[in-house]
This record gives sequence, structure tokens and C-alpha cells, in this order.
Amino acid sequence: MTFQDFMDAVLNFQNYGELLPLFRDSILAGAILGLVGGLIGTFVMMRDLAFAVHGIAELSFAGAAFALLVGADVILGSLVGSVLAALVLGIMGVRARDRNSVIGVIMPFGLGLGILFLALYQGRAANKFGLLTGQIVAVDSTALSMLAGAAVVVIAGLLIIWRPLTFASADPEIASARGVPVRTLSLVFMFLLGISVALSIQVVGALLVLALLITPAAAALQVTSSPKLVVLLSIGFAMLSTVGGILLALGGRIPVSPYITTLSFLVYVSCRGIGAYRRRRGRSGRIVRVKATEPITVSELSAL
Amino acid sequence: MSSLSSARSAAPALSSRSAVPAASAPAVVNLADASLGFGERLLWDGLDLQIMAGEFFAVLGPNGSGKTSFLKVLLGLQALTRGSVRVGGEAARRGSRHIGYIPQQKGFAADTPLRARDLVGLGVDGHRWGVRLGVRRHRRRVDELLDRVGAADYANVPVGLLSGGEQQRLRVAQALATDPQVLLCDEALLSLDLHHQQAVSRLISDQSRHNGSAVVFVTHEINPIIEYVDRVLYLAGGKFRIGAPEEVMTTDVLSDLYGTHVEVLHTNGRIVVVGLPDATTHGHAAEGH
Repeated sequence: MTFQDFMDAVLNFQNYGELLPLFRDSILAGAILGLVGGLIGTFVMMRDLAFAVHGIAELSFAGAAFALLVGADVILGSLVGSVLAALVLGIMGVRARDRNSVIGVIMPFGLGLGILFLALYQGRAANKFGLLTGQIVAVDSTALSMLAGAAVVVIAGLLIIWRPLTFASADPEIASARGVPVRTLSLVFMFLLGISVALSIQVVGALLVLALLITPAAAALQVTSSPKLVVLLSIGFAMLSTVGGILLALGGRIPVSPYITTLSFLVYVSCRGIGAYRRRRGRSGRIVRVKATEPITVSELSAL
Repeated sequence: MSSLSSARSAAPALSSRSAVPAASAPAVVNLADASLGFGERLLWDGLDLQIMAGEFFAVLGPNGSGKTSFLKVLLGLQALTRGSVRVGGEAARRGSRHIGYIPQQKGFAADTPLRARDLVGLGVDGHRWGVRLGVRRHRRRVDELLDRVGAADYANVPVGLLSGGEQQRLRVAQALATDPQVLLCDEALLSLDLHHQQAVSRLISDQSRHNGSAVVFVTHEINPIIEYVDRVLYLAGGKFRIGAPEEVMTTDVLSDLYGTHVEVLHTNGRIVVVGLPDATTHGHAAEGH
């Protein structure tokens, strides 16, 4: 393959104007998934669930492969698989260490099941491959409305539990003392995470969900600690990766996922650079008193 | 029980730190005939205790003596085997606004997406459902709390970058958010250096005096708070003793509690207990209690 062939395969903008409207649904789906992924990703980071996301994705893959085999709806199959896996993890692993071993056990089992179902499946090979590596082109309007519906459930769910979930994720001990139902929240969150993983698989495939659910949030955390800004940046980065990746992929002959993962990786590397630069400059937001002042005690303050 | 614990229902001695005699203040914590045991093992039995508003009350004892269970009982996270416990006039329950809980210092991951003000903000309304509305009012309240604990200078610093002492100041602010009647501290000075131990214990004492709230300080080490403590509950060997520190922290009383001879030395206003059965107890309270 010459370099020219490579470039034609990877980036090809011939007839772009005609292609674009055809992929309207795919682009819309990408935007929705970016929104969901960026939103839930911040909590995934806060709760240290990166490995769990990967484990859920493999079970989701098994569910989708089973649906493909029996001729059922693939999105539904992957939803069932990932929600089940997420709830099992939520129930079994309370502490991070237990959780990781449970994931380590479940993940290969799920992947093995998926491979079994795919091996039995007699249909088009592209469908098989798509489950693992992504297939946004396959999104039609039925799939789009299903994605949108599930996304609405996730977003609404997250908005309802936003504050207590933040409390329980960052500061579980105090949250529990303040009467926050930490365990119930954890289960609800795992349920929402399961849905999000199933959605992401439709675009980037089971092997690459982390690019959508982890990388954007991890990148945002490099450059800010403001909870609001983290969420906004994370959503922005995720949408940039999905929509940008789909736009770049339209003309080429390659699946969409490498574009999405590359974009999100580049965003992460840039943010990491910015973060490192800032830390070196010692910018933490602390107000440093230049002149030594008399320390003010609390009793004096309250007397004011 | 001994003469000391029979004196517990009487008014506590005039507090060295508050101008108001504690006897005239209402009881904010009230345990009546409280017992707690797990299976065969009885942690404490027949505990009658009233902690008054404005009082600085220390709960001492070795690991496994039931200190942490005592704390959980007040927080409503642990039911009593027998008896009753009331906090702020209500039966103890989870999430009571009457208790401000100040935990042991723990590190936050450097990439925790919370600044100092966000951590305090969670103390104000983190238990509420939905997203925060009324942002301006919330911000004012958080600023006020940060000011009270002297944390305004690092309000916008990520919690992962704060020192242990700074984090504990935020914990105090967080605990004060509901204007509680009891500040419940769980080894709140552990793993702080001496300077921060003094600063944080003074802050807690000042705040309780300012609000008229009681402090219940659960710790294995009385010295960092010794100048503030009005009364002590000492738990050991399934027994307990309540009284002023100088009454409880004596060779006779502690020897009786531990069932073996221990020596209590007073030096430079500090108290040193020598010859504890479990010599690792003092200094390693982080786990197991």
C-alpha cells in the first residue's frame, strides 16, 4: 500500500457534500452518545470504575452477539447484557478490590460467550466485526430513536441523583453519616452506566468504549477541578471526538472507531500537557498573602 | 458502678472554657440505660449519659472498646442492644441535622473534581436530590462557612492539593453547615502534625462555644484536646467511667477499668498512660476500632 492509498483510505473528502446528508442520523447518534459518555464519564472517574466499564462492555457484547444469533434486536441484546453485568457488579463488589476481582472473572466469560455466539452466527461478517470495533454507519432512524430514548433515561436519571451521587462518590463516609443512601445510589448508578455502555458500543464497539466513557472525563480532570467545568469539558471533548470522528470517517473505507479513539486520545494528551504546565507554574487557585499579616483567629472573626 | 459513674447524672463541673454553667444548658445528647453488644460480647452496659450544650466531651479508650460503636450509635448507624439514645431532643437517626460529623483525615485523589468550596458545599446540600438551584444563596452560605474556619484563601484549590490540616478545617466547615447541636469528631486530629492538631482543636472548641453546640470527641489520645475537655467517657474492658479528666485519668480508675495495673503520669499538663495491656493501642488507632 502506497502512502497515497493509505491517505485515500483514511481521509477522503470526495463527494463530501453529497455524503453528509446521508449520514445525518449517524452524526446525530454520535452527538447523543458524546453527551451521555461525557456526562457519565465524570462519575466513572470519580468512582474509579474504568475497569468496570470494560467488564460491562464485554458482557454487553455477549448480549448483542446473542441477539444477532437468534435474530433479535442487537441494541436490545446489548442493553440487557450490560445492565445485567452492571447490576451484578453493583451488588457483588462494594469495595474496589472485590469489585476488580469480580470484573476480572466476569469479563473473559462474557467475551467467550460473545465469541461463541458469533461463531454460530451465519449472517454477514460485517455485523460480527462491528460489535467489537464499532459501526456507526449502521444507525437507522429506528436505532436512532432507541438511542435517543435510552439517552434521555440516563441523562434524566443522572440529573435526579446528581448531588447525592457526587457526595457519595467523592466523600462516601460523610455522605452516609448525612443520611445519603450510598448503596442504593451505587446500584442506580450502575444501572445507568450499563445503559450508557450499551449505547456506546453501538458506535465505537465493545473494545473501545473506554474512549467514550473514560478518556474525555479524564482529559477534563487534567485541566480543571471545578465540578461544573469538568462536566461541561468532558461532554465537549466526547462530542468533539464522536461527531468529529464520524465526519472524518465518512469518505474513507475504515470503521469509525479509530477516528474517535485518535481524536479523544489527542484531546487527552493536550489536556495532560496543559495540566502539567499549570502544575509546574504552581497555579492551584490558592491566595498567597505577600505580606505577613497577623493571623486572625476564629473567635476574632466571629466577634466582627 | 463506682462512685464516679454514679456522679454522672449530677451537673458536670463548671466548665473551664465556657462562661455558662453547663447545668443550666439543655442536654443535647441523652443516653438512658444504653447497652451495646455483639453476640456474646458486651461493649458497654447501663450507660446513662447526658451531654450538655456547650460541653466538650471526650470519648476515650483502646481499640475494640466500643468507641467507634458509640459514635455510630449517635449517628444512628448502629442500633442499641437496649436503652435509648436521643440527639438534639430526637431519637438518634441517620442523617440527623443535629449532628455535624468530623471524620478522621483521609487523602483525596489528586484528580478529585472538587475544590475546597465544593466539599463544603456538599455539606450544605449534598444530601438533596437533583441539581443545585439557587446558586447565589448557596455560594454565600459556603463563603460564610469557609470564612468561619479560616479557609477562604484556599476556597478554590482542588481538595487533592490541600494539606491534612487544611482538609480538616474544611471538615469543620462541612460539619457546621447544618448548625448542628453536636459536633461529633472521630479521631479528627489523627495524622496531623502538632501545629495543626492545636489549630484544629482550637477551631473546634471556638466554634462550639460560638454556636453553643456540644463537642463529642472520640479519640484514643486525650493530650491534643486536654485543655478543652470538660468531661471524659473512658471505655475499656467492657466497663466505663464518666467524669472530669482529673477524676477519670488516674492510676486507680484506669487500673480498675483495664483490670491490670496501669500507671497514669501527669507531666507538663499532659497525661501519659504507662503499661497498657495492649501496648500498641496508643498511636495506632487508625484501624480496627
